[in-house]
Amino acid sequence: MTEAVLVRRIAARPGIVFDALVTADGIASWWGPEDEPAISATVDPRVNGSFQVRFRTFDGREHECTGQFLEIDKPTRVVLSWRWAQGGEPDEVAADNVSRVEFRLRAIDTGTELTLIHSALRGQISAQSHENGWGGALKKLLRQFSEKNPNL
Amino acid sequence: MYKEERLDRIFSALSDPTRRSILARLEGEPRLSISALAQPFAMTMPAVLKHLDVLSEIGLIRRSKAGRTVWVEIEPGSMKSAMDWLQRHRLFWTASVDRLARYAEAKERESEGKGK
Repeated sequence: MTEAVLVRRIAARPGIVFDALVTADGIASWWGPEDEPAISATVDPRVNGSFQVRFRTFDGREHECTGQFLEIDKPTRVVLSWRWAQGGEPDEVAADNVSRVEFRLRAIDTGTELTLIHSALRGQISAQSHENGWGGALKKLLRQFSEKNPNL
Repeated sequence: MYKEERLDRIFSALSDPTRRSILARLEGEPRLSISALAQPFAMTMPAVLKHLDVLSEIGLIRRSKAGRTVWVEIEPGSMKSAMDWLQRHRLFWTASVDRLARYAEAKERESEGKGK
């Protein structure tokens, strides 16, 4: 399984970080790659409840991702199903292209250690490619596999 | 082999440091002989060959024979989509989690202020 893993220490209690993961106000303020609030966020934070977040990237394109809360365990764990509904990469907009995002929260002296694991499920990524050359991307990838805690 | 199974095997192959090191060396060279590849590793030739088997079975490298020398080179393009996926999602989450930290830390300060 292909996974993007991120570890980040946050100077806030797990309960506060947890609320930022499951409230519309929280999610809208941080979800997305650009330094501006999401366009909209609707959230139904209970198991099998849905979420929908729209945001804009710097190139002006709008993106939407949707999914459901699969597990909610305050204040230690949130698991989401995740799907690009619009504006995602073409190979990921197909109807059943669902991946899984897990947030783990652990209390530490200075606040919270957040571990984020975004897993592509089987079949999500096409391993086909006709382009030649790996370029510098391989080095970056190898580095990712070597890193234990990339963001500490 | 199914595409997705192959992708799983690529990532499993990369979890080994010797194989990562082999790929990293091959990336900088058009091709290397097996003996040159094996030289820096403190392991037997059969052990090195086993790692090369893993890498060529999933199509990350290819071998060719010229006289007595077996040459090894990277199979172009074989990992692009896996790398694209990882990079795209890492970029997305790295930026998002930075902002999550700022948001939660502001909330923490707010609640500390109220407590006093």
